[in-house]
Amino acid sequence: MAQEMTTTAKREVTPAERGEVTRSTVVYRPDTDIYETEDHVVLVADMPGVAPADVDVNLERRVLTIRGHVHRQAHDGYRRVHAEYGEGDYERVFTLSEEIDRDRIEASHKNGVLTLKMPKAESAKTRKITVKAA
Amino acid sequence: MQLTQIGRTGRDSFAEMRQLQTEMNRLFDNAGVFPAVQVYPPVNLWIGDSSVVVTAELPGLSAEDVDLTIREDVLTMRGERRQAEEAEHAGWHRRERPYGTFSRTIGLPFRVDPDRVQAKFENGVLEVEMQRPEADRPRKIAINGK
Repeated sequence: MAQEMTTTAKREVTPAERGEVTRSTVVYRPDTDIYETEDHVVLVADMPGVAPADVDVNLERRVLTIRGHVHRQAHDGYRRVHAEYGEGDYERVFTLSEEIDRDRIEASHKNGVLTLKMPKAESAKTRKITVKAA
Repeated sequence: MQLTQIGRTGRDSFAEMRQLQTEMNRLFDNAGVFPAVQVYPPVNLWIGDSSVVVTAELPGLSAEDVDLTIREDVLTMRGERRQAEEAEHAGWHRRERPYGTFSRTIGLPFRVDPDRVQAKFENGVLEVEMQRPEADRPRKIAINGK
């Protein structure tokens, strides 16, 4: 493929968006894909450097918060000479629509990617209506 | 209910104006931090006494998905980021994660020994540690005084 793959720099979450925190680390907004299949709404978030145990998914009423804590890599005896990305925590908040069955959300985290599978509520599923010939 | 001018017309033009102002502010706030486009993947470079460490953020990939090659003082990483198959026919709400093939060449500050390279992949972060060959290391030379 001739097309060069590019990325955008990590976006820091501004204090105005989230209020102040007690821990003084940089917080980034994870790049997120959200797509809808027939039965599910799937949310995929990139959180490189976050171990599965350090992911926190919280659902309060309709507000879904995803957080990831990064343990900074210690490079003893090394000095950083070039940096294109920063290390810090991740946080992002979404508002879910009513059409999601909030009791059956499945979350998995692998290779620094969080995947949330959110089943659509029965009432929200698309139904195919057969047309009878009169 | 208090019957004011606003209540009767059903519209609060001041509220609309305030909302417009908020939206304009948001637009300009973002302009300052608009993400700069860079090549993929982003890397950090660390230098030690006789070794160099390159780390790269490659979320979603594992050791089998990335090709590493080293020649003299050039490190190349190649691979592909795929999206889930089911996503191809899905309806998209938001699409921010990059995908496609990538190839990135990184110039190292010195020649490295291709036989003594350690690479590990943890939680979507690739870390490659490379050693400077013995012959190339700076040597301390004792000066003989008379």
